[in-house]
Amino acid sequence: MNLKWEDLSVGTQLPEREYGPLTITDFVRYQGASGDFNPIHHDDAFAKSAGFPEPFSVGMLQAGILGSYVTDLFGAENVRRFSVQFREQVWAGDRLICTGEVVAISDGADAGTGERSIDLKLNVSRVGGGSAIKGEATFVVA
Amino acid sequence: MIDKDAIGSTDDGYVMQVELGKIREFARSTQSANSAYLESANPVIPPTFLTTQQFWSTPGSGVFSKIKMDRRRLLHGAQEYIFHGPPPKAGTTLSVQTRIDDIYEKEGRRGGTMTFVVSVTEFRNAAGVLVAEARSTAIETGRAPEKDAS
Repeated sequence: MNLKWEDLSVGTQLPEREYGPLTITDFVRYQGASGDFNPIHHDDAFAKSAGFPEPFSVGMLQAGILGSYVTDLFGAENVRRFSVQFREQVWAGDRLICTGEVVAISDGADAGTGERSIDLKLNVSRVGGGSAIKGEATFVVA
Repeated sequence: MIDKDAIGSTDDGYVMQVELGKIREFARSTQSANSAYLESANPVIPPTFLTTQQFWSTPGSGVFSKIKMDRRRLLHGAQEYIFHGPPPKAGTTLSVQTRIDDIYEKEGRRGGTMTFVVSVTEFRNAAGVLVAEARSTAIETGRAPEKDAS
């Protein structure tokens, strides 16, 4: 169910949503889908040889989950910009909370397009930990 | 040591087919249950789907093959996708080209000298129109960070 223009203003908090707990299988499934086969995300010996205690998630997996979260709210066809900065690593067993806030809103008059759009500030946090991703997105809104 | 002479270099470019089954697979792997991806006969791509471009590049020809980053010390710092209109749909053919936009160094708090490599990838449709752009920041750390790094 897409959020409606009438319901949105600067400061509107998006409904939070929890994903996970993530598993090594989730990492591997994402690696197969994305084509990133860095063994640091599934090969215990390789991860240890790089100085990590165990394999950790692919950053782009939690970025993709954040994309799933926000397209559920605003519609798959409406995304115009999606950006992430990676913070804490995500480990097997982590549960992730996606949240967001409307930080700007435009009726398109300034751009001359007449296309309504919103800018969002997004976050993925690890339950019991810190932020894994700081994100931003722009969506057009019908 | 990463050679800054790589700044401005591009790959030869390649063609990417946006495939229906790949969209479904990618959406499921990112835990989406959205019917716009899983049921539509002609879905748009998920916001981060263009990362699958790596399936389409000619092996060994990528711009990163010139840079030789160490996977044991490689972190993904940031990633951005811009769409000039609705995201591309299944069935679209995209011409893809990547360039190294910038390489710079910073002193990390505990990882030694960090080298940042910024790459920009352009995606054009069959008419040559720029439909999407990706901007990626990769980081090679001086040494592996600790699990409890904060």
